[in-house]
This record gives sequence, structure tokens and C-alpha cells, in this order.
Amino acid sequence: MALMRRDFGKDRLLSPMISIKDVSKTYRGGFQALKKVNLDIQEGEIFALLGPNGAGKTTLIGGVCGTTNISSGKILVDGKDNVKEFRHTRSLIGLVPQELSLSAFETVWDNVNFSRGLFGKGPEPFYIEQLLKDLSLWDKKDSKLMTLSGGMKRRVMIAKALSHKPRILFLDEPSAGVDVELRRGMWQQVHKLRQSGVTIILTTHYIEEAEEMADRIGVINKGEIVLVEKTQDLMKKLGTKQLSIELTQPLSQIPHELANFELKQEEEKLIYYYDPRSLDTGVSKLLETLSRLNLSYADINTKQSSLEEIFVELVKK
Amino acid sequence: MINFKAAKTIYLFEMARMKRTLGQSVASPVISTSLYFVVFGSAIGSRISEIGGVSYGAFIVPGLIMLSILTQSISNASFGIYFQKFTGTIYEILSAPISYIEIILGFVGAAASKSIILGLLILLTAHFFIPLEIHSPLWMIFFLFLTAITFSLFGFIIGIWADNFEKLQIIPLLIITPLTFLGGSFYSIDMLPPFWQKVSMLNPVVYLISGFRWSFYGKADVGVGISLSMIGLLLVFCLFLIRRIFKIGYQIKG
Repeated sequence: MALMRRDFGKDRLLSPMISIKDVSKTYRGGFQALKKVNLDIQEGEIFALLGPNGAGKTTLIGGVCGTTNISSGKILVDGKDNVKEFRHTRSLIGLVPQELSLSAFETVWDNVNFSRGLFGKGPEPFYIEQLLKDLSLWDKKDSKLMTLSGGMKRRVMIAKALSHKPRILFLDEPSAGVDVELRRGMWQQVHKLRQSGVTIILTTHYIEEAEEMADRIGVINKGEIVLVEKTQDLMKKLGTKQLSIELTQPLSQIPHELANFELKQEEEKLIYYYDPRSLDTGVSKLLETLSRLNLSYADINTKQSSLEEIFVELVKK
Repeated sequence: MINFKAAKTIYLFEMARMKRTLGQSVASPVISTSLYFVVFGSAIGSRISEIGGVSYGAFIVPGLIMLSILTQSISNASFGIYFQKFTGTIYEILSAPISYIEIILGFVGAAASKSIILGLLILLTAHFFIPLEIHSPLWMIFFLFLTAITFSLFGFIIGIWADNFEKLQIIPLLIITPLTFLGGSFYSIDMLPPFWQKVSMLNPVVYLISGFRWSFYGKADVGVGISLSMIGLLLVFCLFLIRRIFKIGYQIKG
């Protein structure tokens, strides 16, 4: 399922939906979770925030949504300060936190309506009904929350976050503990929301998820934004390609004529890494040299390095 | 501008919790207070002479109601907010477009409502055991409301401060209950030796019970104005503390 991406380049003129300026956060124990973070998120985009555990993803989300007090800096949502004008800024935001935090004894219907009420909105049963149907929760509307499976609870959390029709949705690790089928369903739901104009910020450990959905990707590590790029640009910029040549007979050692190619040998396979953006990738020369040396091969395939590999490289630096 | 719909949502959510735990919330305090009436009012009370022209059974009614109001206000309000912290659902309250005022109206309003209902139920129960006449019903209601709100605010602070169930229980059990018992629930302060009378004046509960008893029988250990001032002072202190808690995010925000 490849989703349509939108262009959220630097040339966009509209003011950002969320603007994070020089935001730092130091916890009481002295741990600095965020270090002068600057980040702009445009209206209607899907932004994926990647980072290892403890990188500051949840703290950053908490700072925007109001669950964490930042130590310094400024956060603007829809152009408004999220501390001074918290009523306006929070009314635009829906938050799905990482933890499955639900009260146990209420029904799905009551709990989702409770969330809507917290935003000062009156009952809108048809909308809530549609929301629960979209999230495949309608037949569970009268079930107590404690009787639901983990995946259903995760969807209830999403329904709660969407109950007041937010213009911005934060999804903090939405796929944690969710099976593949459900994850795909959730991605479709996110896609539908984006089509309706909702700005979506998601944090995830599933790189595939970010790669599949996000228009832009930000990488945070040790409280600092390491990079922000359009997903496709990031793949182009940092993604090397791997050419795998399966020889008909394994080599006892790599011939000296192939020394320049820095090949890696894995049994009967020769692995060659190259930059797909380069004018001279070296692929032709490699294949010519193999022919010249009468080294026959049974199969050839290429693979783009995944975002996960890029991410590991980035946070290693 | 205050978001009353949000405050109402929290209020109704908390009141629904009372409905789910009707036995624990209402029946058990009513039963235990009835037992006090049977033991102290009828069995032992019949052998005790009148205090200030009021039969002993009738004399302890305001104190017993106050005992329930205090403990229930604290326990309801502290548990309400502590449970949100414990389950992690407090994130919803903190990320909603509401200030501490709506949160207080919701949580404290519900806790106070529950204890007021309970206080009135105890009054009704007492009526079955002891013939009662209320000297100033409006003042009685006023004292009931003021005490319930003040101690619900205090309970709310305890709920925020507590980071485990033990802490949640420690102040009501080790401080509030002894202060209530020593605050003139079952005796008049002037029955004590002069030294202990002076010590009793340091107990804020004395002023609550005295004021409340005055609304029933027109007689008090302490002046009504002083009683009202003491409750008012405690109310303002609790409000100030809660405002500060939300400003710095103490125990609720990262």
C-alpha cells in the first residue's frame, strides 16, 4: 500500500501548523530530554518522528500537547502560543499516547464521549457512531474497556483522540503491540484522515511505517533533531543500493582485477554497494569485468537500503 | 472563559463512579454511622446526661455527620484524581483545552456532592434513632457545603501528592480521623480540663464541628464567626495550593 505523498518542501509559503522554537526540557533529576529543538510541521502533512528509546520523542509531543512543561523555548500551534493560548491550541489537537491508558469499567461508547466532552463539545452521536464503525469498534460500543484486546484498546485510544474532530493528530507509537493486519488498517485510517486535511505527527519504531506513510521524516537522538527531510529525498540522499551477484561457482578468493570494487563475499554471492545517484555507479564496469574473467552468474538483484539502515547509521554518528 | 461543558463531563464521570460503587460509596458509611448511633446514642448515650440541654444522642449527630463529610470528601476527591494518575488517563485531562478551574469544578464538585448526599443520608438515618430539630437549616446546609468543598479540595491535593496507595490513606487515617475524634464529635470542648481546652483550639476540626453543631442547636464551643473564618481560611489555602500545583505541574506533569 503505497500512499500518495504531498510536497512539503522548504519553499512552502504557508505558516507552519506547529512551530517548535528552541525548545529545551530538563527534568527535575537533571536529565536533559530536549536540547534547543527547532522544528516546523506544515498543515496537512504526515510527519514521522524517529528515534531510539529515550531520544525525546514523547517529551516533545508532551510539550506540544500540554502534558509536559518545557523548560525553555516556545511552541506555536496554528500560530498561537501553546501556553498562553492553550485553550485554542489544545482544542486543535488529538493525542494518542504510547501507553494503553484507559479506565477499565466504562463502556467504549461512554469513554469516547467522555473524551469529546472534555473538549467542551456537545454530543454528536452520528459522528461517534461513524468513528467507531471506521475503527471496527461499533459492535463493541457497549463492551467494558477491560474486556477488549490490546489492539481494540489501541483503536479506542484513536477514537478518543478523534472524538472532537482535531486538526492535528499525534500518534505516539500507534502500532506498538498491534498485529500486521490491524497495523495496515490503521495506516489506511491515517491516510483517510490526511485526505480530510488532518496534520499527523507519528512516532514509531517501525521504520517501514514511516517509510510507507510519512511525507517527511525527522530523526531525533539524545534530545536533538539530527535531520528533517522529505522521505523520498532522505531515501535518495542516504540510501545506498546493494547489488547482489549470485555466482554459479563460489570463489576461493576475490580476483585482484575486482579489488577496486570493494566487494563483499557471502558464500557464492558477491555484494557490491553503490550510490544510485552517481553518474557512474560502477555496475556496468563490474559486470564487464566479471565477463572478462569468465565468472558466470546465475542471478542478479538489487536492493535499496531501508530507512531502518539509514536510521541506524544516523544515530550511530 | 470557563469551559463548563468540560467541567460537567468530569463531574458526571466521577458521579458515575459513585453509582458503580454504590455499596462502598454510600451504604458502608451510612451503616457504620448508624452503628455509632446505636452504640453511642442509644446504648451508652441513654446513661449520659444532657449536654447543654441536648440529649447525648442528639448531641453527637452533627459530629458524626462532620466525621463522615470530612473522611468521605477527602477519600472521594483524593481517589478520583489519584486513579487518573495511577491508570495514566490523566493525559486526557492535561491535554484538553481546560484549566485547573474546570478540573477542580469537575473532581472537587463531584467529591463534594457525594459527601453532601452522604451527610444528608446520615441526617435522615439519625432521624430514625433520635428526634431532631434543626435551629438554622440554611446555616446547616451552608456549613455542610462549605466543609464538603473545603475538604474535597484538601483531598484533591492529597490525591495529587500521593504516588502510592499507602500515601493516599495515610493522611485521612493518621491525621483527619484522630483530629475529628478529638475535635468534639462526641463531647463538648468545655468538658475538658482548661489545658486540653487550649490544646483543642489548635485543632481546626473543633471549629467545623462547633459551627455545624450551632446550626443544629444554637449552641457552640466557639463563636460562629470564628468557625466560618477558619473554614474560609482553609478553603483559600487549598485553592492557592492547587493553583500552584497546576502552575508547576507538581506530580502531574513531566
